[in-house]
Amino acid sequence: MIAVVAETKDGSARKITLEMLAEARRLAAARGGLKVGAVVLGALAAGEADRLASQGADTIFHVEGAALASYAPEAWAEGVRLAVEKAKPEVLLLGATAHGKDLAPRVSARLKVGLASDCVAFEWGAEGLVARRPIFAGKAFARVAWSASRPQVASVRPNTFTPAAPDASRKAAVESMALGEVKARARVIHFEASEGEMADLTEANIIVSGGRAMQGPDNFQLLRKLCKVLGATLGASRAAVDAGWIDHSHQVGQTGKVVNPTVYFAIGISGAIQHLAGMSSSKTIVAINKDKDAPIFKIASYGIVGDLYQVVPALTEEFEKALRE
Amino acid sequence: MNVLVFVKQVPDTETRIQIKDGSVDTASVKWVANPYDEFAIEEALRIRERIGAGKVTVASLGPERVKEAIKYGLSLGADEGVWLKGDGVALSDPLSVATVLAGAARKLGFDLILTGKQGVDYDWSQAGVILAELLDLPHVSVVVGIELDAAARRGKAKREVEGGLETVEFELPAVITAQKGLNEPRYASLKGIMAVKKKVIPEWTLADVGIDAAAVGPESASIRILDISLPPPRSAGKILEGEPRDTARELVRILHEEARVI
Repeated sequence: MIAVVAETKDGSARKITLEMLAEARRLAAARGGLKVGAVVLGALAAGEADRLASQGADTIFHVEGAALASYAPEAWAEGVRLAVEKAKPEVLLLGATAHGKDLAPRVSARLKVGLASDCVAFEWGAEGLVARRPIFAGKAFARVAWSASRPQVASVRPNTFTPAAPDASRKAAVESMALGEVKARARVIHFEASEGEMADLTEANIIVSGGRAMQGPDNFQLLRKLCKVLGATLGASRAAVDAGWIDHSHQVGQTGKVVNPTVYFAIGISGAIQHLAGMSSSKTIVAINKDKDAPIFKIASYGIVGDLYQVVPALTEEFEKALRE
Repeated sequence: MNVLVFVKQVPDTETRIQIKDGSVDTASVKWVANPYDEFAIEEALRIRERIGAGKVTVASLGPERVKEAIKYGLSLGADEGVWLKGDGVALSDPLSVATVLAGAARKLGFDLILTGKQGVDYDWSQAGVILAELLDLPHVSVVVGIELDAAARRGKAKREVEGGLETVEFELPAVITAQKGLNEPRYASLKGIMAVKKKVIPEWTLADVGIDAAAVGPESASIRILDISLPPPRSAGKILEGEPRDTARELVRILHEEARVI
């Protein structure tokens, strides 16, 4: 079996869960018809079990208990361990999200097995799974293999695999499990949503990033307007963050977020190597820069040489027009 | 409050990665303390300063060059440094690494362990959390704010997640991994740099930290790197020059109608 630890928000599966189920199905089929399991911890909203089934789960291992009322790594790890004991999977996938990256090392260490983090591709080798993962924020890629212990645990980078089209005829068996009292000495007690309703950088379809040429915090307003028109997420280079113009949570690059959107706009960003590392796997890169020799143009799919203070407002208007039509 | 900080030495982020014989060519690499570990060191120093008592110890596992990362911590104001000799350790296996760190932590004693959320080299993002599991401690990862109540042996930490910040309540002792934004690291003072010269950095072997070499060697690694390759090069695309309005209109046309990505 290939088991996926479902990530849920308010009881509903997040996109990463569907992405992992799709890849799990592909891997299961390539291995002569293995089953796919979904491990769900805590409450599940009405209809979600059917949704997980329609997206590829054959069995749902649903662990519930008072200890799972809010996220607590120790309780969650114990819940996963319980499900693994029952499912005995060869492979266990978690999302390489804030939650999954926090949980996965707990789980793998508890199971005394290896963890490949942030994987972007999988293949079957002679000794089981082989994973491909970026290192140095994407400046290079490593192929990694596990020891003979099972399961092989991997975290999966969001936005990498495409969810399958739901198949309503698919049904899943549900195995309910109760998690007893668990020692949980760290627990989430509060969540504070950040400004706006932008998607997270790591999950964004379109990113608009500003760099040193933004000259100050106020000019980011220009980029926010463009973001709004495109439904994009706002990013920034390290130069802009270190200058204090924008919060570090927006930083893209080797000491920020590594992103892989469909379209990445690099605006007033020259293209320092540590920035390129974090965004060069974007499908389409658009650069806007005054300096036509800026390194960013060497990797850009499309570029405009020009003054961003003239180009960006024009671009915003033109997109508004095009998208209205 | 005794705070233990684990630091790693990594190639500077300006490094252009080159491959030689299937692994990263480190011949001309400039080694620096891992940027996320700098936030961990700074936070440890601030905790000591706030409480006005206690000790900050900086430890690093690896070849002899990692002593530079330890010295860097000492120059900033850490009280003690320990070099954990990496001979025979599967350094590319986070479980093996964390096992050695756990041995050192047990020997050193601590109220709090701080380390970076990830090394900016192999980006595993695992050692800190595995360390917590091996030491049977709670952890909070990717932290941008810490409030400690030393008397009550507990604290609150803010961690970065998609779309906002989570507040996590935790008990001490604990492991916390640092994210950028936690603090603004200080620079070493001349006095600090001079003081390093007088410090003796103990060198500990696996036996010194009570770890069986066979358990953390390449033969028993939980995970291993088969090979490393560079991403396919991206070629330069279409560059537009001219009047801002014209170039903007043309770019929108391309993205919307030709490439159909927006």
